[in-house]
Amino acid sequence: MSNLSKVRHDMLPNLPPPASSVGVIGWMRANLFSNITNSVLTLFALYLLYILLTPTISWVFINSDWTGSSRDACTSGGACWVFVANRFDQFMYGFYPEAEIWRINLTFLLLVAQVLWLMLPNLPYKGMVAAVVLLVFPILAYFLLYGGSFGLEVVETHKWGGLSLTLVLAIVGIVAALPFGVLLALGRRSEMPIVKSFCVVYIEFWRGIPLITVLFMASVMLPLFVPEEMNFDKLLRAMIGIVMFQSAYMAEVVRGGLQAIPKGQYEAAQALGLNYWKMMVFVVLPQALKLMIPGIVNTFIALFKDTSLVLIIGLFDLLAIVQAGLTDPKWLGFSVEGYAFVAFVFWVFCFGMSKYSQHLENRFHTGHGSR
Amino acid sequence: MTTNTTNSAAARELNDELMVELRGVNKWYGQFHVLKDVNLEVRKGERIVICGPSGSGKSTTIRCINRLEEHQKGDIIVGGTTLNNDLKNIETIRREVGMVFQHFNLFPHLTVLENCCLAPIWVRKIPRKEAEAMAMKYLERVKIQDQALKFPGQLSGGQQQRVAIARSLCMNPQVMLFDEPTSALDPEMIKEVLDVMIELAQEGMTMICVTHEMGFAKTVADRVIFMDKGQIIEENDPHNFFNHPQSERTQLFLSQILQH
Repeated sequence: MSNLSKVRHDMLPNLPPPASSVGVIGWMRANLFSNITNSVLTLFALYLLYILLTPTISWVFINSDWTGSSRDACTSGGACWVFVANRFDQFMYGFYPEAEIWRINLTFLLLVAQVLWLMLPNLPYKGMVAAVVLLVFPILAYFLLYGGSFGLEVVETHKWGGLSLTLVLAIVGIVAALPFGVLLALGRRSEMPIVKSFCVVYIEFWRGIPLITVLFMASVMLPLFVPEEMNFDKLLRAMIGIVMFQSAYMAEVVRGGLQAIPKGQYEAAQALGLNYWKMMVFVVLPQALKLMIPGIVNTFIALFKDTSLVLIIGLFDLLAIVQAGLTDPKWLGFSVEGYAFVAFVFWVFCFGMSKYSQHLENRFHTGHGSR
Repeated sequence: MTTNTTNSAAARELNDELMVELRGVNKWYGQFHVLKDVNLEVRKGERIVICGPSGSGKSTTIRCINRLEEHQKGDIIVGGTTLNNDLKNIETIRREVGMVFQHFNLFPHLTVLENCCLAPIWVRKIPRKEAEAMAMKYLERVKIQDQALKFPGQLSGGQQQRVAIARSLCMNPQVMLFDEPTSALDPEMIKEVLDVMIELAQEGMTMICVTHEMGFAKTVADRVIFMDKGQIIEENDPHNFFNHPQSERTQLFLSQILQH
């Protein structure tokens, strides 16, 4: 009869993991040159990169002209950034009176300072700063940008333009669409039939029509239907249109996040005596919003780029003002530079949002499992 | 297994005050009749264990007590308040009734301490400092005070369940409901949770536990209730319940779970 008894008397020591192919050479050997086919493909890809990148880099940086005051300065055959440089102020501020531009700068400086305060960890009074950004700052920004009191000259919104207009539209859209979206999503999941059907109809209506239609309706159709004296500002109408449109999209993103929260979380919150709003604010939404970060930022990025559609109703955002500049007879033929500049500015903002969202996802990660 | 008689109802003077009262409670899921005329009276300080096969309605019964499930017929009275559709009423009852779940249901985005303080601060309106001090006291009682600043995801199942118990206790509940608190735990962790529950029972907490831990029932229960198919089949003190079960269904159930 065989003996089945086995006993371990001395415990095994902890050993380091096996040495893998580390370092640059090891990585390259494993990922780029693991066999003949891969080596050939790697070399081919490098060649493609070479023939694509060298002319681009030379056009953008090496053979380009940066300084000057007219098109005559562009002699080297590459990109003529002189066009962008000369019109830079207009691209940034539109037709805002030159003497008042400090008001735009001050507004955005204040905003950046507050947002940085909120984004940097370990700074005190975050709650207070957040309240100021959301409640006080919009009023302040309105008086700074539009004027009309405190001795500030009124600057009509049709003079606004360029990147500052794009940012105003995008920031208003982003800041307003998120809370409306959350409310609509909660409404859509509500058990109250009237609230629920209102939210469903609202979301399905706004998601079903193109943003261009919304903007056209706001700028062209609306004035035909409302009496002359009720006619309000075109920019304001566009903003309202964008916010209503984007809240519907945001609502669906938020709803997706809400559905991912396990039922046990609701039950635990209820069992502790939290009422509906406290349960949502302290338990459900923080978890749902964390899950929704990629979706929310995706919507924000789309919204940011969609603001350029306001050009069709005659508002001069960054894209529109660059296009207008291209038609200047003195600067004909620099459309590539113009569009490249617009693309670059949009990319910087969108990439920044994307990176910050990844950072947030890491920061909110609190261990494993969602129970 | 020995029965700890010093703790059973016979030896203790129980208050006559009714804590929880279920009178002719009926509930349906669609056409399915899950609770059939359930009657139960729990006195202050009494420890009830409800057992029975899965789908017998034991979880549903205790989930009706704090309105996680809605009963359709009959009366549920908790601490003198009759449960009805009035939200204020439901919230009053929920404040006084603590619940521990099979899957712990801790809030993963909050630390252990924040989990415990959330309801005292926002429901009981206790100042943060006091709430934190109280939470630490209860975390100490469940022997987990050194994990207070960790997130639930960093704890073991047994530790999470002890936090969940502490979280409920922070609301100073009159009654504690336990819904299979050890069913999702590894065997090695069951004991640490049961120890906490036994200690709680010895301190005089009114408890209603749905559990398969028969050892726990024998040690601390004043009364064991056996449910099957949505009805209470048999209820008795633990000694008689385990040694002289009356109903055939109870005998079958006990023979099946006590075999190993």
